[in-house]
This record gives sequence, structure tokens and C-alpha cells, in this order.
Amino acid sequence: MSTEGIEIDRMHPRTFSAIQSFAVRYGLGITLVIVWEYAARKAGSIFFPPPSDILHRAVTLWLSGPPSRLFLSGSVFQDVIPSLLRLLGGWALAVLVGVPLGILIGRSRNLSDFFNPALQFLRAIPGPALIPVFIILLGTESTMRVTLIAFGCVWPILLNTIEGTRTVDPVQLDTVKAFRIPRHARLWRIVLPAAMPKIFAGMRVSLSLAVILMVVSELVASTSGIGYRIQNAQIMFLLTDMWCGIVLLALIGYTLNWLFLKVEKRVLAWHRGARGRTATS
Amino acid sequence: MVELLQDPKFLRHVLATLHAWAVGLAFATLISVPIGILIGTSELAYKMSSPLIEFMRPIPSVALIPLGILLWGQGFSMKVILVAYAATWPILFNTVYGVHDVDPIAVQTARCFGLKQTAILRRISLPSAAPFIFTGIRISAAIGLIVVIGAELLASADSGIGSYILFVSLNGGQMDSVLAGAAIAGIIGAMINSGLGLIDRRFFGWRYLGATPS
Amino acid sequence: MLTVEQLHHAYTPEQLVAANITFDVKAGEIVSIVGPSGCGKTTLLKALAGLLKPTGGIIRFQGKIVQGVPDGLAIVFQEYGRSLLPWTTVNGNIELPLRYQPITPAECRRRIAESLQAVNLSGCGELYPWQLSGGMQQRVAIARALAYQPKLLLMDEPFASVDAQTRADLEDLVAAVQDQFGITIVLVTHDIDESVYLSDRVIVLSRPPSTVLAQVGIELPRPRDQIKTKAMQQFVEKRSEIAQMIRRPIDVEPHP
Repeated sequence: MSTEGIEIDRMHPRTFSAIQSFAVRYGLGITLVIVWEYAARKAGSIFFPPPSDILHRAVTLWLSGPPSRLFLSGSVFQDVIPSLLRLLGGWALAVLVGVPLGILIGRSRNLSDFFNPALQFLRAIPGPALIPVFIILLGTESTMRVTLIAFGCVWPILLNTIEGTRTVDPVQLDTVKAFRIPRHARLWRIVLPAAMPKIFAGMRVSLSLAVILMVVSELVASTSGIGYRIQNAQIMFLLTDMWCGIVLLALIGYTLNWLFLKVEKRVLAWHRGARGRTATS
Repeated sequence: MVELLQDPKFLRHVLATLHAWAVGLAFATLISVPIGILIGTSELAYKMSSPLIEFMRPIPSVALIPLGILLWGQGFSMKVILVAYAATWPILFNTVYGVHDVDPIAVQTARCFGLKQTAILRRISLPSAAPFIFTGIRISAAIGLIVVIGAELLASADSGIGSYILFVSLNGGQMDSVLAGAAIAGIIGAMINSGLGLIDRRFFGWRYLGATPS
Repeated sequence: MLTVEQLHHAYTPEQLVAANITFDVKAGEIVSIVGPSGCGKTTLLKALAGLLKPTGGIIRFQGKIVQGVPDGLAIVFQEYGRSLLPWTTVNGNIELPLRYQPITPAECRRRIAESLQAVNLSGCGELYPWQLSGGMQQRVAIARALAYQPKLLLMDEPFASVDAQTRADLEDLVAAVQDQFGITIVLVTHDIDESVYLSDRVIVLSRPPSTVLAQVGIELPRPRDQIKTKAMQQFVEKRSEIAQMIRRPIDVEPHP
């Protein structure tokens, strides 16, 4: 690891270890990008353009707009934002339907046993298999896509919510019964918080599923969206454009996941603490 | 739907899908598990690879379908490569963390008894990590199925459930056939999931002992 | 305050846990229930709390038959870790039952402060349960029961999951609390020393299907002390008497 003229022994030890940890964390990724750049330039294959080209094209595509609009170009508003809105809209719909329904079903042992086989089946249907169904039923506009995403995402949330509701600790339930806490309060203050960790897990899985469904639904018979752009680029053999789309999707997937984890960390701070404690005590 | 199941042409489609899926999954397992073990046991490799794996994992593999079509056409190899790529990440991730996060007390106890590194690996780390690795395989199985059917759908491949559904919907749009195709895909997915679940409980049932009361 | 008449409970037709349990508890008493493992002590306590409907017998609390959880009763479980709610602070935990009582917010705050002081945890209101030690968590559970101001406090092996030193502190705490607030306490325990140390009367149950083998009155002076009281002649005598009953109940004739 080159330190370009800085004498290691004269450097503050904390700076050195900061550089060291940076290198360890990002070194592999940076090295791979550099290798890709070099190999792509040498081989000259159109299928794998060098990263610098991709970056350049990405800037042209998305960041060449007027300053008033944060430098974002028109295509961002035409494709990226609608895609994101569909994605988040479908996911939010799945949450709004899945959580209450899950709590309702989860509270009754009979109901949850009854529905379980059907739910396992519905959950296992691979999203792409349903696209033609949805197209026939709902056409090819945004409604269809949002519905498809919602339909695909609701199952992990529903199943996890049911599971979370079912496994509330009986000692906690006995405690609140003994203190004569009314039924509606039991739901809000005990069942829901107790099920939260599992509900959040379901929401996280659904989020990555939503990204997948958003892309797949836009690769078929669509007129706008990130997936459409990638598909279009494929047809017109614009490899760099296609790679731009892929990288963008990678960034979106990663960022959404990261954001979600940050929120989860705050909301479920008590859960990490409680779990950590029981491990050591 | 019953008629579909009796139609030999449809069954051939189903087999084609499952074939590509299984081969892709097998490749992914054969590659990811050994690499995952290596990364999990070396602290340095772990620190260097984690950010990368964390970054690659949320990438929707379906985004690579158009690229896959350009590179490898519309046939069997394209499907297998895409499935293998998509399946690698969950398996790799789970293997690395499964091996890395083995209970340190178990490892220390083994060292006190004089076990060498390879023995510790074989007798402590791997059995302890096995359920996680298997869970990774289960997740990959589901994702692989999504990717293969998605690829068939988009590439108008010549065989597979995805292409069958596409074909039917484009030619006359007979709702029951389309739905039946999707339903059968769902049944297959559910059966795979239950099958893997059974294996999980049979071989790794021990990890559920002492879990929270349900 | 509390009467139990011919309590009888079978989980399944083959599993008769309690055959005929009859006793009563007067206001202001501390009564312990001891017995060999499996004799249905916890079953009995849950039935007293109205959490479990016994297959036979009648329980009367303050004159009324117990059907469901009666008003004026609080319970402290053995598993404090699972009884306290991990997602809210100590204050939040104590406050929860009070929200559904007809008291003003000011009174609520006062009770929380008072109960925390009674259990010596005054500064810990804003901490989360997992940040506290086992003994402190159980104290929070006791504080929660106290703030509720019950007439009857039921405790199910409350100190079984803490270490010996903490247990001694908590026992003294319960005695002090009873003295300060005058509540009636029914305590289930498997620790004979504890039962003699704390109570006015010890009810000894037989092996399952259980009946009341004896009710042993304890006339040790109060306030009791961990070292002095346990060195007294009467303590040793009562302790042996009860221990013998539990260890070989077939030799002892049951007397009311």
C-alpha cells in the first residue's frame, strides 16, 4: 500500500490506522474496479465497457440538467423517479395490507394454521410467472406494476407478521392479563412491539423483492422506467447505457437496504440491547 | 390445469426450467461454499470482502438478464449462468457469516483439547455453520427460480415455463392457461421450499431446540 | 381476604396435579406455599390470579368468587426477564398498568417515584430492562406490582433466578415493603429457609395429586434479620419440621 511520500513513522498513529482500515474495507473493491478498467481497455470488448466510460455516460444521461433541478436531466424525471415511486408505492401497499392482516390472522391459532398452506403456496410463486397474468388483467400501465410489486411483496411481510404475532412470550401475555390491561391495549402495547423484530425482517426481505419485481415488470412491455431503459439499450445494442442502468440499480438496491437498516436500528434499538444482554448474562 | 399437467409438451417445459435452475444452483453452491469457508476463517479476508459482499448482495440479478441475453443468447447456458450468478450471493453471504460467527467458546474449548486448525474447522465450525449455509441455499433456490423464469419470459426462450406462459399470453391470451402456468410455477416453488424445509428440520432440527416458546 | 375451597385441577384426565387444596389467607399476612416439585404450586398461584380456571373448587377473593382476573391483585413472576417489556424503560414498564386505572397523571408519577424508592432504584427510571442486572430487574417487577397498589400480591418463586446474595436482599425488601404498605402477600417458593424467614404461616403441600399437608405458624419476631433470625432456635425447629414433611410426606398424616 503506497503512502506517497508520507513518512509512516512520523504520522499520527490514529491516522495510520484510519488509512489502514479504509484500505482493508475498500481495497478489494477499488482494486477490482481498477482491474476491470485496465482489462476492458485492453480487450476492447463491447460487452464490458471500462468503468470510466460508464461513469462518463452516466453523467451525460442523468446529471446534465440545469442547476435549478439539481443538475438532474430529464431522463431522471422520466424514468428513474417513476420507477422509484412504483417500487416504494408497491412496497408500502404491501406493508399497509400485510401487517394488519398478519396481526389479525396471527392472533388466532386456528386461523393461522388454516391459512398457512395457502400462504406458503402463494409466497412461492415466482414473480415473473405472474407478469402475463397481471398484464391481461390490468393492462400495461403503472397500476399493473404497482399491483404486481405489492402482490409479490405482501407474502413475506404477512407470513413474518403472523409468525411474530404467534410467538409473543406467554409470560408477557400473562403479566398484562394479571394487571387487567384491556384487550385493545394488549394489542398495541404488547403484541405489536413484541412482533416488531419479525415484522421488520419481513419488510426487509420484501424491499429487495420489490426491487427485483420492479425491474422485471419494466423489462416487459413497458414505456418508461429503469428496466425499460435497460431493455431498450439491449435492443439497440447500447452496451454502455445498459451498464449505466445496471450500476444505477445496484446503487438503488444498496441504498434502500442501507436506509432501511438505519431505520431498523433506531426503532429496534431495544431488541439489539435485549438480545445482546441475554447472550452474556 | 390438470390438462396442462398431462400434456407432455408442457412437462418438457417444466423439466427444462428445472434443469437450468438445478444446474445453476449446483454451480453456485460448488463455488460459493468453499470460497465462503475460506473467507470466513481468515480474519483479513473477512474484513476485506465483507463490504464488497454487502454491496453486491442487494443487486437485483434480474437486471443482468438483458446483458445475459446479449452475451449468451437465449438458450440453456444463458439461463444457467444467470441462475448461478444470482444464487452465488446468498450462499456466499450465509457461508461467510456462518463460518465466521461460530461460537468462540466452542472454538476455544476445542483448542484447549489440542485440536488443530483443520480439525476445528471440520468438527466445530462446519457443523455449526451448516444450518446457515443451508438457509442460504434455500434463499438462493427461491431467487434462482425467479431468475430462470424471468429470463425465459424476457428472452422468449425456446423452452421453459416462462416462455410457455409468454407464448400463451401472446397468442390469444387464454386466461386459464396463463393462470395455470403461473399456478404450476407456484406449486413447484412451494414444493421445492417444503422439500428443503424438510431436509432442514431433519438434519438441522437441533438448532431449534431451546428456541422461544411458540 | 382469600379463601381456597377444595381446589382441584387436572391438566388432562391423567394429569391430576392438585387434588384437594383448602386454606385461607387473612389480610396483612405473608403466607408461603412450599412443596415438592410438581405439586402444583404454580398452578395454584395462577388459579388464585384468575389466569387459570381450575377443574374443581372455589376461590374467593375479598368475598367474591374468582372468575377471570379480579381487581386489586398483582403478580410477580419468576422469569423477570420475560415479564418486563424490553421495548420500554423502567418508568414505562411501571406506568403501563397504571394507565388503565382511574388515577390522574400526577398521581401516576407520584406512585412510580414512590415504588422505585421503595425498591431502592430511584435513579433508574430512564434505563431499559436489559441494562439492569437480574436482581434489579426483579426489583422493577416488584415496583411495578407495588405501584399498582394491590390488596394481594402473588409471587411465583420470585427469587429462584437470582444469585444467593441478591436473594437475601430481595427477601428483606419484600418484608420491608409489606411492613410499609401493609399488603397481603402469597409467596410460592421451593426454598424452605426463605419460606420460614419471610412468612407468618407456611402452607405445605404434598406430592401430586396434592393436598395441604400442614399449615405451620411462624412466630418469629419482626423485623427479621438474615443472621440473627436464622440463628434462632424456633427458626431451626420450624425449618426442620417443614423439610421433613416435604422430604417424606408419606410418613406424615395430613392435618388441617
